Amino acid sequence: MSEPTDFLLAVEALTVSFDGFKAVDDLSFYVDPGEIRVIIGPNGAGKTTALDLICGKTRATSGSIRFRGKELTDMKEHEIVHAGVGRKFQNPTIYEDLSVFENLEVSFPRGRSVFGALVFKRDAEVRERVAEIAEMIFLTDHLEDRAEYLSHGQKQWLEIGMLLIQDPELLMLDEPVAGMSGSERIKTAELLHKIIEGRSVIVIEHDMKFVEDIAHKVTVLHQGRVISEGSMAHVQADPKVVEVYLGH
Amino acid sequence: MTSMLNPLKKTELVGFLVVAAVILLILPAITDAFRLNMVGKYLTYAFVAVGLVLCWGSAGILSLGQGIFFGLGGYCMAMFLKLESSTPEATSIQSTPGIPDFMDWNQITELPWFWEPFHSLTFTMLAVILVPAILAFVIGFAMFTRRVGGVYFAIITQAIAAILTILIIGQQGYTGGVNGITDLRSLLGWDIRTDSAKTILYFVNAVLLLAVIALSLLVRHSKLGRILVALRDKEDRVRFSGYDVAAFKIFVFCFAAAISGIGGAMFTLQVGFMSPTFVGIVPSIEMVIFCAVGGRYSLIGAVYGTLLVNWGKTTFSESFPELWLFAMGALFIAVVMAFPNGLAGIWNSHVQPLVKRLSKRTGERQAAPAETPAAIAE
Repeated sequence: MSEPTDFLLAVEALTVSFDGFKAVDDLSFYVDPGEIRVIIGPNGAGKTTALDLICGKTRATSGSIRFRGKELTDMKEHEIVHAGVGRKFQNPTIYEDLSVFENLEVSFPRGRSVFGALVFKRDAEVRERVAEIAEMIFLTDHLEDRAEYLSHGQKQWLEIGMLLIQDPELLMLDEPVAGMSGSERIKTAELLHKIIEGRSVIVIEHDMKFVEDIAHKVTVLHQGRVISEGSMAHVQADPKVVEVYLGH
Repeated sequence: MTSMLNPLKKTELVGFLVVAAVILLILPAITDAFRLNMVGKYLTYAFVAVGLVLCWGSAGILSLGQGIFFGLGGYCMAMFLKLESSTPEATSIQSTPGIPDFMDWNQITELPWFWEPFHSLTFTMLAVILVPAILAFVIGFAMFTRRVGGVYFAIITQAIAAILTILIIGQQGYTGGVNGITDLRSLLGWDIRTDSAKTILYFVNAVLLLAVIALSLLVRHSKLGRILVALRDKEDRVRFSGYDVAAFKIFVFCFAAAISGIGGAMFTLQVGFMSPTFVGIVPSIEMVIFCAVGGRYSLIGAVYGTLLVNWGKTTFSESFPELWLFAMGALFIAVVMAFPNGLAGIWNSHVQPLVKRLSKRTGERQAAPAETPAAIAE
């Protein structure tokens, strides 16, 4: 192993146990700046839990997560966001009662304290940034609509947009194309190719075609542990992976 | 529903002006001094209801203990007024002249330390706002940083309301006990019991209420207001967008508490006493009903809801005192089942479209269609 500080994200010996059940067990992996890492694995492998641990939603039992050399395991959720980690949830998690514009505006990284939010001004910078992101996520024509009226795919894009406006250095996406129609999938792949420039991305995905298309490196989890890691070709050829996952 | 370009919608402004006209012009014009004082008393509850619209409606934090803050504000004011009327001359027949009468009856011979600062009106006015806000901060900090929410939070606030009532009743010598602090006469020498004083206090109260509504509208139209709606809906998403959710909840809870305190102080001034009956579980739940009837998303609806329910309470309880509580319970159930958005919801979904249709028809003949007071709801 090279010097851990070279990595954008270094996860080492990470373990979390729920009443004795180890959802993530001695997990280690490293993400380089600008890398797209895809995590695959059968249901219950601990993929989502691993993301929960990184973003602070779940607290680790032991082990360490360092982001640009900073330990994340004892930071609060919003501090982890401020450090530059963004997280998209599996189900589209957006504010249904607000407009698309307001959804993006609330995610704009300024005025994050109580006082800051009170005096926050919707200035030209905010409008421009919102317009720019809306165009990327194909929602320019829907800015004034209440978010609850968007389609499932549009909601997924909106949440991705809400993360993009924060401009995180590490973006974590949990099944970004799940439940999308064929044409939406193609557009999402296009969107992801656009947004991964200049940042690292961790993606959980089941769609193998999609994974092959975007992944630099694939990590395969099974029962909370890494069983294989490397290029898609390497992983697909690994007999252990075939046995637990691809063979099914 | 949303306002991308115009932060304060025109309809909302019209709604605000209409409610201002109702409480500043129409009600004083159609009621006598006695009834006006009663309306003034009702309007002090509207402070609490407005606070609940922000806290419960916007942010989804249901507090069943807002009577705590109303009562604390009221008690702060009552302590000042009581000290003013307990001069050594006025209380010369007591065994210890110069202390409030109920202390003397309870064999207390010295003014307790926490009563001392209430000789000052400036201190009292600050305390009316700060004492409720500080208690709300303590409760909010303890609950929200531990992520206690929803029904658990509601039950805890209810328990605190019960505890505070028991404490006030139990510490009779310091608080006046179950009778409360009574026989309040003057404010800096100005007799508050006369009809003219009561009329002036009505208008002071009305202006303060309008100011509080205006301030609440501003809070709601700031980004903070949208964050409150966002966290009601998807708390985790707000947290993982880089906000300290607990801090925002504490803020709105303290804000609601502070304005409830102002309402309590105005209650004491207009009614002339304060007692534990306005602190406990029952008044706290009644205040939630005022808010629900008005429409919990509508700051202006809260005022109408409070007035309507209290008017109903007075009218019914004069004729059928036993039935009132059942009627109140039935009203709450009916509102929740049939009109979850209260009066404001009925206005928006039924009256407003009708008015629009009518005004469109006349608007074809006249150049300018009439703007309707449609801003009851968001």
